Amino acid sequence: MTTLPLAAAQASPAPFAVELVDIDKRFGPVHANRAVTLRFAPGTIHGLVGENGAGKSTLMSILYGFYQADSGEIRVRGEPARISTPQDAIRLGIGMVHQHFMLVETFTVLENLLLGHEEGPLLGAAKARARGEVEALEKAFGLEVPLDAVVSDLPVGVQQRVEILKALYRGADVLILDEPTAVLSPPEVEQLFRILDRLRAEGRTILLITHKLKEIMAVTDRVSVLRQGAVVAEFDTAQTSQQAIADAMVGKKAVLTLDKAPATPGAPLLSVQGLTVVDGRGVETLSDATFQVRAGEVVGIAGVAGNGQSELLQALAGMLPFNAGRFTLAGTEVAAGSGYDAAKARALGVAHVPEDRLRLAVVKAFPAYQNAVLGWQGDKALGGWKLDWRKVMLKTAELMERFDVRPRAPSLRTSLFSGGNQQKLVMAREIDRNPDVLLVGQPTRGVDIGAIAFIHRQLLALRDAGKAILLVSAELDEIMALSDRILVMCGGRIVGELPAAEATEQRIGSMMAGIAEEPAGEGIRA
Amino acid sequence: MADSLLWLLSLLDSTARLAVPLLLAALAGFYAERAGIIALHLEGKMLAGAFAAAATAAVTGSAWLGLLAAIAASLALAAVHGFASISQRGNQVVSAVAINTVALGLTAVLANAWFQIGGRTPNLPADARFGEVTLPLAQSLSGVPVLGPIYAELVSGHNILVYLAFLLVPATAWVAYRTRLGLRLRAVGENPSAVDTAGINVARLRYQAVLIGGVLCGFAGAYLSTAQGAGFQTNMTAGKGYLALAALILGKWRPVPTLLACLLFAFADALQTRLQGVALPGIGQVPVQLIEALPYILTVLLLAGFVGKAVPPKAIGQPYVKDR
Repeated sequence: MTTLPLAAAQASPAPFAVELVDIDKRFGPVHANRAVTLRFAPGTIHGLVGENGAGKSTLMSILYGFYQADSGEIRVRGEPARISTPQDAIRLGIGMVHQHFMLVETFTVLENLLLGHEEGPLLGAAKARARGEVEALEKAFGLEVPLDAVVSDLPVGVQQRVEILKALYRGADVLILDEPTAVLSPPEVEQLFRILDRLRAEGRTILLITHKLKEIMAVTDRVSVLRQGAVVAEFDTAQTSQQAIADAMVGKKAVLTLDKAPATPGAPLLSVQGLTVVDGRGVETLSDATFQVRAGEVVGIAGVAGNGQSELLQALAGMLPFNAGRFTLAGTEVAAGSGYDAAKARALGVAHVPEDRLRLAVVKAFPAYQNAVLGWQGDKALGGWKLDWRKVMLKTAELMERFDVRPRAPSLRTSLFSGGNQQKLVMAREIDRNPDVLLVGQPTRGVDIGAIAFIHRQLLALRDAGKAILLVSAELDEIMALSDRILVMCGGRIVGELPAAEATEQRIGSMMAGIAEEPAGEGIRA
Repeated sequence: MADSLLWLLSLLDSTARLAVPLLLAALAGFYAERAGIIALHLEGKMLAGAFAAAATAAVTGSAWLGLLAAIAASLALAAVHGFASISQRGNQVVSAVAINTVALGLTAVLANAWFQIGGRTPNLPADARFGEVTLPLAQSLSGVPVLGPIYAELVSGHNILVYLAFLLVPATAWVAYRTRLGLRLRAVGENPSAVDTAGINVARLRYQAVLIGGVLCGFAGAYLSTAQGAGFQTNMTAGKGYLALAALILGKWRPVPTLLACLLFAFADALQTRLQGVALPGIGQVPVQLIEALPYILTVLLLAGFVGKAVPPKAIGQPYVKDR
């Protein structure tokens, strides 16, 4: 483990593109960055990894002028720099592509590029000039984007290219990308990486924040690991492994593999026939979904976010009325317009771990024990309509023990638990009811590596107990690791089905992107 | 024939006059709302402006000084709304309702305290008001059939604020779609984070928008009390600020459709004064109250059903807080 990057070893060292020296930042009681020192060599891709709350985003926000460090120094190209607003950062050639795009959706691409960079009070001339400059940039970096299209009409991958283009147009020499692949399909990810390669070849410096170790291995030159606000390790990517990085992230031996016995599926517990959901604008967000989930089987739904997976999950959970089709649960048929709701779903043996934990699964301000019975509050064992809080507390303590929720404090406010422990609490509540069918959305979103393995083991245990599990996840790796069969969704339809044994990232990826499978199927084009 | 033409012209003429305060206030609302600030305070700003204009004109005898006072009063309330909504990140509806309530009470109390004629200001003499401007050639062209009367009756013979209001429509469209300020204002109403990360000061931009609205509402208030009317009366805006906001929504937050909506409301208003006491064929005489309610009924109906989907600026009403 060295502390000097490659470039410094050369005889006349080129100055670093950016140096962060002894950066310290606190938010109240939270020590977000502890004396962080990082140096980024020009013309490299530098990965920044760490668990949720490790301080990666705070650090980059300090570099981009969103926050000021409490102490420490930033140097850009060897010169000490004061960055107190994003404007300062832009002037110093630092650009950032945020995880949630900073685009005005009703504007055209060109208007978004111009915003903040108009050079004069009138737009007419500026637009003409910008168009020329941007087209030159597009050619130089292979970033094709339709300049006159309205942003909301563009696919997410193209919107991200607009963000990159925006940073380049504003003169970014150093580009920060915050979890850039979270919303992309695999072919889009490949395209992004090609663009990053090209930027590096042109001498730009890229700081890549991600939690996907595979991506770190694929594109970065160096990687820095943050834990609890401090830099705990730095590696040359070529000389390290995913395991070594993961160990550094969690501070102990991390479990990356999952032991999974072959499935022994039984009779179908959930049969879905032609399920269709039309949203308020009259758009069919879920079209004609037909499939089965059998006892003792995990069926995974892969797809880029927003392609109907959420609607499918919510319709089955009784959270969203569906317009056509039907499904059968425990021998009971549920048809459109039958008044199926979340309470009926529970009565029919369905449990639901929603995708958006904080919005749909828990009330943040409640203590843990109140959330531990939410949805089952009529249970006679807990006192029926007049809840016996003492029993609820005991029950919660037992669940926390079984599902390793830390800290084991039933009275602690739910918002004070980490994301992983909140999720374990939700899983505990749902699995404890011994459901026949478990609907799970994004089970490990915002969950630490340690907790991920635990949650995965719990899901497989439920499967092995002969239950049916329908899993929706944006993480393709998770789908592939847990599922026995994989359904791929695109544009509201189920476009393909693969047994887990035959699933490769490439095959699923091209289905997710809506590309028909070619028989020879080797190259992926977007 | 000539009679009905004249009747129609006078109907359109009063439509134009009645549309002016709505239009000025709606354009004021345009700037604020496109920048993401709810403009429910138009009513209060207009009322304060009307009082300030009439009181100043009554004391100084100058309509222009009255106008300046109206702008100052309206700007002051706009600044309060800005402070509450932007700096303090308060609830914009609550702030606006408070401003409207204060304006209603305070203007009545001050009018009574200063002039002691029952919550009014004294009647303004003609030279303390904005007089009618006769456009060149209006007299000599009035003999020309059809076009002559249209020019003389409808186009010519309004006060300067009327012309200003109508010219502000293309001017606003130009600012909104052809200038840097317009681009930034529209952006900050849709996605303030994008504006912030582009290195632009969100708060300053929103203040600018709210203050532009303050100036325009000052014009609207001065028009009511020193151009259209001849003095201030308690609650003389009578909901015009809300009607202006309705016109803005009906116009889907775009300048020209907003103008059309203002004209529609003003037309209904002009029509109702002419329908009072008239027996309609087959129906008979309609109660005055119902006819007077016509513009408001129209508003409710249009907003409830006929607008189609009006999509407001996405960030409207949300205070900007940097996340994380």
